[in-house]
Amino acid sequence: MRPTDRKYSETSEWAKIEGDTATVGITDYAVKQLGDLIYLDLPEEGDNVVKGDPCGEIESVKAASDIYSPLTGEVVAVNANLPDDLDNLAKDPFGHGWMFKVKLSDPGEVAHLKTAEEYDQFVKAQEAR
Amino acid sequence: MSALGLRETPLLPLHQEAAARLVPFAGWKMPLCFSGIVEEHHATRNSAGLFDLSHMGRFRLRGPGRTAALDHLVTNGVAALPPGRVRYTPLCAEDGGVLDDLLVYVFEDELLLVVNASNAAADFAWIREHAEGFETTLQDMTDAVAMIGLQGPRAAALLAPLTDADLPALRNYHHVTATVAGIPGLLSRTGYTGEDGFEFLFPAATVREVWAPLREAGAVPSGLGARDSLRLEAGMPLYGHELDRNTNPLEAGLASFVRFDHDFIGRAALERVRDDGPRRKLAAFESDGKRIPRPGCRLLSGGHEVGRVASGLYSPTLRRNIGTGYVPAELAAPGQTLEVEVRDERLPARVVPLPFYKRKT
Repeated sequence: MRPTDRKYSETSEWAKIEGDTATVGITDYAVKQLGDLIYLDLPEEGDNVVKGDPCGEIESVKAASDIYSPLTGEVVAVNANLPDDLDNLAKDPFGHGWMFKVKLSDPGEVAHLKTAEEYDQFVKAQEAR
Repeated sequence: MSALGLRETPLLPLHQEAAARLVPFAGWKMPLCFSGIVEEHHATRNSAGLFDLSHMGRFRLRGPGRTAALDHLVTNGVAALPPGRVRYTPLCAEDGGVLDDLLVYVFEDELLLVVNASNAAADFAWIREHAEGFETTLQDMTDAVAMIGLQGPRAAALLAPLTDADLPALRNYHHVTATVAGIPGLLSRTGYTGEDGFEFLFPAATVREVWAPLREAGAVPSGLGARDSLRLEAGMPLYGHELDRNTNPLEAGLASFVRFDHDFIGRAALERVRDDGPRRKLAAFESDGKRIPRPGCRLLSGGHEVGRVASGLYSPTLRRNIGTGYVPAELAAPGQTLEVEVRDERLPARVVPLPFYKRKT
């Protein structure tokens, strides 16, 4: 199973909540779907991001995809080295591959995200299609 | 046919076993990649890649009128070709628009046509209709015969111990009957990657017995993703991108495959294009930035749209983004500068000569 200390979105972002702040990244499944990574555009500190809205872009040899914020709030930190170190993202999406931190404006939104178990089921269903 | 109505090549069980990423392509369930597009790309450039080409359409044209019929149909005639040769040619409509591009294999008593999967059904109908009156029969061999490609600088060395063919004697665009891993079939020195290599045709029932020994000998199974980046680097057109019903072979840079020494469908229209000069031409470009120009992105000059990207991808060999697109002829010359619009960003692009990549001989 994937890490149980965080929640997941159907667009394959993860959010690890500590107090009123969430650390956000994308899952191993997203990385696998994308394949060879080429380009990453992250939000900037101070940006306001909205749950379900695009806040960044990731591109692989295959395709360009939006990164959706799993939660609403203000970006308070960004993993600024990550765009230059996409290997790190590919190898360790749940650790070194973290993307940004959001100070939550509506912590109630967290309840709408999936647990690790639910997300595992979701991925299995996707892969079976 | 699978539940989704996709056709399956005889090699599909092996691809599934290898955990290939499968995608629908021209009505077929095909591997997009096995280990990863970039890794597979480098395997063909540096060693040898193995490709399932069984989705491509294969037709057999027989009868005493076959050569005359084909010369009536294609721009690059085959009348003068002896058995054992292979020829690349566009297939055009009356207005000079490209219906498809194909390979013709010449035999003593028949011609074998290898066409794009996406056009196979339409090609079959077109060829049958326009070969009428020539004393020919046209037979679809696509399901009966499977096809694989072995491409790369090590292809010949890797193949040699597995075949009875005299590989050094097999020149480019020639074919021979030969066994590979003991299985009798047809071997040609052709390909779509810009490297030395071979394409094999075998009865569908036996192709798995050829694929496995080649893989064990070190050929790297490779999917459509690498096939696309390899062919674009090598400057080879892909139907649906550089070629379609609304492009003609002269503006596509295929003038050497249009020979006005015989009468063919589309000749009058193409003579007019030749005499007036194409108004637009296929330009090849390199673009700056990390964002990849994708097909359909706008090409701009002086802030105005002058064309659209036909093919665009990250070139693993050049380690930069490359693409093609049709632009007014005066903007298609190498050295011209353009901009390519990728989402909301306009990236500088320079027109360069084709091919992007040429192997060292």
